[in-house]
Amino acid sequence: MPEETKSPAPPPSGDPKPPAGQPIPGSVQSTSEKAPAKAAAHAAPAKPAGPAPIPWESPLVAKLHRQYGSGVREANTYLGQNYLVLDSSIAHEVLRILRDEEAFDYCVDLTAVHYPEREKQFDLLWILYSFAHNQRLRVKTMLADGESFPTSVEIWPTTNWLEREVYDMFGIRFDRHPDLKRILLPEDWKGYPLRKDYGIIQQDNEWVKINLGIESGQ
Amino acid sequence: MLDYITSYLGLNQTPGQAGNIFWVTVYILIVFGGVSVAVMAMNWLERKALAHFQIRLGPMRVGPHGLLQPIADAVKLLTKEDIIPDEADKFVFWIAPLIILCASFAVYIVVPFGPTHAITDVNIGILFMLGVSSLSVLGVVMAGWASNSHYPLIGSLRSSAQMISYEVAMGMAVVSAILMTSLNKTGTGTLSMIGIVQAQQEQHIWFLFKFFPLGFIAFVIFAIAMVAETNRAPFDLPEAESELTAGFHTEYSGLRWSLFMLGEYAAMIAVSSIAVTLWLGGWMRPFPNTLTGDTWDLVFSLIPGFLFLGLALIAFIGVTRMPKHPYFKIQTIGLAGFGAVLGLIGLILFIPPVRDRIQDIFWFVAKVGVFMYLYIWYRATFPRYRFDQLMKVGWKVLLPIAIGVVILTAIIGVLA
Amino acid sequence: MPDQMTKDPYLSNLELGQPDKTFLDSNELIINMGPQHPATHGVLRVILKLDGEKVLGTECVIGYLHRGVEKIAENRTYTMFNPYVDRMDYVAAVSNGLGYCEAVEKLMNIEAPPRANYIRVILTELNRIASHQLWLGTHALDIGAMTPLFYTFRDREEILKIFEKYCGARLTTHAFRIGGCLYEAYEGFEEDVKRYIDFLPPKIDEYEELLTTNRIWVERTRNIGKISAEDCKALGVTGPVLRASGVKWDIRKALPYANYTEFDFEIPTGTSGDTYDRYLVRMEEMRQSLRIIRQAVERIPEGPIMAKVPKVIKPPVGEVYHSIEAPKGELGYFIVSDGSTQPYRVRVRPPSFVNLQALDVMVRGALVADVIAVIGTLDIVLGEVDR
Repeated sequence: MPEETKSPAPPPSGDPKPPAGQPIPGSVQSTSEKAPAKAAAHAAPAKPAGPAPIPWESPLVAKLHRQYGSGVREANTYLGQNYLVLDSSIAHEVLRILRDEEAFDYCVDLTAVHYPEREKQFDLLWILYSFAHNQRLRVKTMLADGESFPTSVEIWPTTNWLEREVYDMFGIRFDRHPDLKRILLPEDWKGYPLRKDYGIIQQDNEWVKINLGIESGQ
Repeated sequence: MLDYITSYLGLNQTPGQAGNIFWVTVYILIVFGGVSVAVMAMNWLERKALAHFQIRLGPMRVGPHGLLQPIADAVKLLTKEDIIPDEADKFVFWIAPLIILCASFAVYIVVPFGPTHAITDVNIGILFMLGVSSLSVLGVVMAGWASNSHYPLIGSLRSSAQMISYEVAMGMAVVSAILMTSLNKTGTGTLSMIGIVQAQQEQHIWFLFKFFPLGFIAFVIFAIAMVAETNRAPFDLPEAESELTAGFHTEYSGLRWSLFMLGEYAAMIAVSSIAVTLWLGGWMRPFPNTLTGDTWDLVFSLIPGFLFLGLALIAFIGVTRMPKHPYFKIQTIGLAGFGAVLGLIGLILFIPPVRDRIQDIFWFVAKVGVFMYLYIWYRATFPRYRFDQLMKVGWKVLLPIAIGVVILTAIIGVLA
Repeated sequence: MPDQMTKDPYLSNLELGQPDKTFLDSNELIINMGPQHPATHGVLRVILKLDGEKVLGTECVIGYLHRGVEKIAENRTYTMFNPYVDRMDYVAAVSNGLGYCEAVEKLMNIEAPPRANYIRVILTELNRIASHQLWLGTHALDIGAMTPLFYTFRDREEILKIFEKYCGARLTTHAFRIGGCLYEAYEGFEEDVKRYIDFLPPKIDEYEELLTTNRIWVERTRNIGKISAEDCKALGVTGPVLRASGVKWDIRKALPYANYTEFDFEIPTGTSGDTYDRYLVRMEEMRQSLRIIRQAVERIPEGPIMAKVPKVIKPPVGEVYHSIEAPKGELGYFIVSDGSTQPYRVRVRPPSFVNLQALDVMVRGALVADVIAVIGTLDIVLGEVDR
């Protein structure tokens, strides 16, 4: 199969960031949320094509545009996977609408990505699936550092631990979460490892000294 | 003195009945020694049989095919550090395994290996056995309490609850067998162990088959209850490691723990001997009433000798299959020696005087041995019962059936 | 105490912050099933609040095996990260590798050639059988049946021998590469697999003979750890747990990957969502996997096993989420690429992590001995829960 070697400049829209040109190897790219996509409807098999995100037309998108207008930043399809980019103010309501009205009853995953050079540093995203329509959807929103987000536990109970993990790894707080504490790291650990400013072999030396009795874990 | 000793030999009674202290002591030493050896053999058999059920070999290194493994285990346990928990009640901690041990061993004084081969024959024999073996519950509770820790306490409470629950069903089953003893010509039943087997002899039927299926059901109830009584699989929740509480003997280490195991195996052999005595005809050979006559007697009397010769043959086959490597020389010689000893015993068992005397003991021990094997088989095959299910089985299933069997036995006994 | 099946068992009502009342003073006892179990499922700590024997609430403490795999991924190239994914669900390493390689291939818009897909499917289904066999052995051991453990491990050896002959490793196989397979199917691969297909069905029958109709097994597993289909979907539980609750959903059929559309197999489902149904579902899945392998091994085409992949893998800027049906549930990879040789973010959606959340719901009101059975039936691997 022919490989893709370059990523062409993505079409400008929405977020006021310089579009990603030729990637400089090794540096952290300030990627925009859009990405080069290939043309595919959400049920058709993937066809080889140049990468470019194509707008996703569907009744769901139309309804959301009607209701929220510019709150819905984007609705695209990349590599056959649909995604929505929303404003953080409306994201919670849209999630509820997605579950109640559009039958996305299964929250597959909830995770975050850290872009330190952006103004709104965190990408918080949900991957949803609808059993009835056999359809997957990504919902993304952007949060600034220190900004918190309402919890989705009442919508999908599965996000209980998933949000704890996002808090543990990124430091994003979720309002009204029943039990927001660290899940994978010890409870009194300081630092949020998956942020880009946390070193790869960095550890919380104070915790190590207190709890393990050694100078450092290195 | 010598007269005192030889005066017993002409009698046809158990030494206890004859009141001969010397022979009582000798018999006690033989029986208790035999039980201890049996416990060690049972330990070996359990490990080997369980391993073979699980497609593996079991102990193979200590002695040929692991035959000396129990000795190694005993030495290991003896040399372990004796840990007593800090806050434990030391006297109770010390005495608990002793109580279990004494209770389990004391019942052997009435176990009938033959019509006169018992230490004594108390005329409430079966009641004595059931009563004294129940004393081990006391030891279990004491062990759990003295350990001063949550988990042994919960484990011992569970264990004791289980034991007393299943004793009720056991007791009912035993009552139905006792009722059957009263159906002989004299019209009176007996509680003495030897008397029960003699009743089966007189009535020419093993109580297993009497009033079929009542005797059989009673036997099955007893067989299940005795497994629960001795805390063995599938009723071993109080001892199981993968459950939350590790049992009443958690805090015991080394020799004290081995006393618990000794008591447990001795109790297993004791309740199996009750089962054999009450339903399986005690020391009688198989088919005493359908295959009668001197020739059949002769055939069955040759079986012990052939059994030992067969075991010797298996040992020699094992010798030929040993690896031909210098490291295995001692093991090969050991196994060959063991096989030779077995063969010698087999040959001795062919000699007529020995043959006649050994019959009763042999058949009794063989039947108890079958039960021991069944114990191991259950352990390998069945998952564990949860505690509430275990209690449900004891109270809501076994007990009503046992009571029903008693009533029906009584009714049919009167009518027939 | 809220009733157990209401919609908020996720509130932390264990009140663990309060001073511990001794168990003689109150009816409630807090018991710790510490990170080290005899019933080995890895290092999982479960704190139980009990009323006598009844479980009032649980809290799982995880993270003892957290190795920071997702952080490591940001510092390795795509190919260098491939061996790390095996170490997450180390019991089913081949599936993990399949998911990751397919996710990167999707990002790079490459398709693996047909022969590679066949080899991948055969190895993945063999791994599914191996994982289920390990599950069966340990689950039966927790409940008290000692013997099936030895039988299943003995039969699992045959699969591990095939893996060893194929890629040199038994457990953490690193069998696949981005773009296809690195190793050609070895001489005799098809014979070995065919021999295994004939070898296994009587063994599965043996396991079933020991357990399925065993009265004690049925009593220990029937109506234990029930979870309804709605609770499963709401909690995100996937895999055999979801299927045993009655939802006939399998990613191999719903959103097929590799070449699963070419094979004919069924999805076993249960009805009541209890432990017994999960047991039956997994036994049947083993048989269905054999069916897939049989079809695959008869039809392996000739051809290349590796697509044309550049030496340096630099996917275009973008993100993709790809999931597969691992033996434990939906294993997903969310990869964000910034156009460089190293991924910007790799997120692994671990099925065991999400399934473990359901423990609380499944165990409320049950007895302590059932907690162990339920942990076993969820089939968690701590390497995956903690990553």
